[in-house]
Amino acid sequence: MDEEMKQYMDDMAVFEEKYEELLESPVYHFLQPEKERILLPLLSILHKHHSFRSQAYRLVDKLFKWDDSKALCNYPYLAVRLFKEFELKSISDDQVYKVLHSSGTTGQSSKIYLDKETAQLQTKVLTRILQHWLGKSRRPMLLIDSPHTVKKTGGMTARAAGLQGLSFFGRSHTYALDANMNLDIDKVSNFFEQFKGQSVLLFGFTFMVWHSFIQQLQKHNIYFELQDSILIHGGGWKKLQKASVSHQTFKQQIQTQLGDVRVHDYYGMVEQTGTIYMECEQGFFHCPVWSDIAIRNPVDLSFLPFQQVGLIQLTSVLARSYPGHCILTEDLGYIVGEDDCSCGLKGKYFKVSGRVPNAEVRGCSDTFS
Amino acid sequence: MSNQQKLVQSFSSALAIAQEQVQDLLAYNSIPEWDSTAHMILIAELEGQFDVMLDTDDIIDMSSVGKAKEILTKHGVSFE
Repeated sequence: MDEEMKQYMDDMAVFEEKYEELLESPVYHFLQPEKERILLPLLSILHKHHSFRSQAYRLVDKLFKWDDSKALCNYPYLAVRLFKEFELKSISDDQVYKVLHSSGTTGQSSKIYLDKETAQLQTKVLTRILQHWLGKSRRPMLLIDSPHTVKKTGGMTARAAGLQGLSFFGRSHTYALDANMNLDIDKVSNFFEQFKGQSVLLFGFTFMVWHSFIQQLQKHNIYFELQDSILIHGGGWKKLQKASVSHQTFKQQIQTQLGDVRVHDYYGMVEQTGTIYMECEQGFFHCPVWSDIAIRNPVDLSFLPFQQVGLIQLTSVLARSYPGHCILTEDLGYIVGEDDCSCGLKGKYFKVSGRVPNAEVRGCSDTFS
Repeated sequence: MSNQQKLVQSFSSALAIAQEQVQDLLAYNSIPEWDSTAHMILIAELEGQFDVMLDTDDIIDMSSVGKAKEILTKHGVSFE
């Protein structure tokens, strides 16, 4: 045991050192082979860390017939469903600082246990990713949500965590919706009037941006003339798909109602909070330096080549307090390519095409129906 | 009012804590009152009080009262 402990401590010391360096790395700069060279040793230590700290993970590791060859996506991966059914954590109870919940209204929600360190890492990484797209300065910010979303007590939902994380990028935060999730038109008009001519930041969950904001403005024939502004939204397209709203219609309608606004979707989930995949101007999601994606055949879980739709598997070196470094999602998507997106960003880029049929209803924006 | 007093007042009112609690070593997330929501209120308070514009790095780096002083000093506020 002592020997094992010593080895563990040594590994973690190496990890810390490399980690510091990685956190300061440019977000979309490395070509895929270089990126793998950087991430592999970290992932290997992280794997040992979770095996050492989490009994459940150790069991999975033992049962998992995994290919120990040097590839990022070969490590044992946990289906996100497991985070709903079990308390998976690699810290002791007294180290739990915050528990994140997915905000599903039906069935169980995932529980993600964070210690202070992991929570800070998530904030730091989210900030680093967003700085790439927004710069370091903060903009007047309109949140397309109700202030009550963040005030609810008890465990924190992914939506509240998203709002809080993003609010670091704003100033003069203004919530566009009231307690009943209705658009407060006067408040929104005053906000745009007050910051007329300035670049503002808008943020909200995709379905709410559409349903509670853009469609309401449309209905009331209200138009604004924003300049050089940015809207970031996420949480999934499922409801918009049902309503047959295409990405193109979504963007166009936003620009019709609001004026000069750059629109960026993002993909992410509570199991890997902080690591978000931002949509570039070409309409593709990009992996940041800390994470990687693979696609698996939903039937036999074998890897699928680029362009083929399958289950999205995500690898991230940020999950330290819980064994979420390799997860198999219930989302379907495909990798478009690597290192050659015409937007210029390096690494893999991908599209999300929906959820696995029969997957339990879940997702950040799905709480509002 | 000295800048030190202004700082103590900003922290005390933004976090809703007693002025005596505002010590250099007081750290972000070390007390329930200083969570991420209060942090944004604090940032707005400091910006208003000292007439500075803090960027996202400043917000992330502001991990204690002492660190806040350091960051404000960088923005030209003196705590002599």
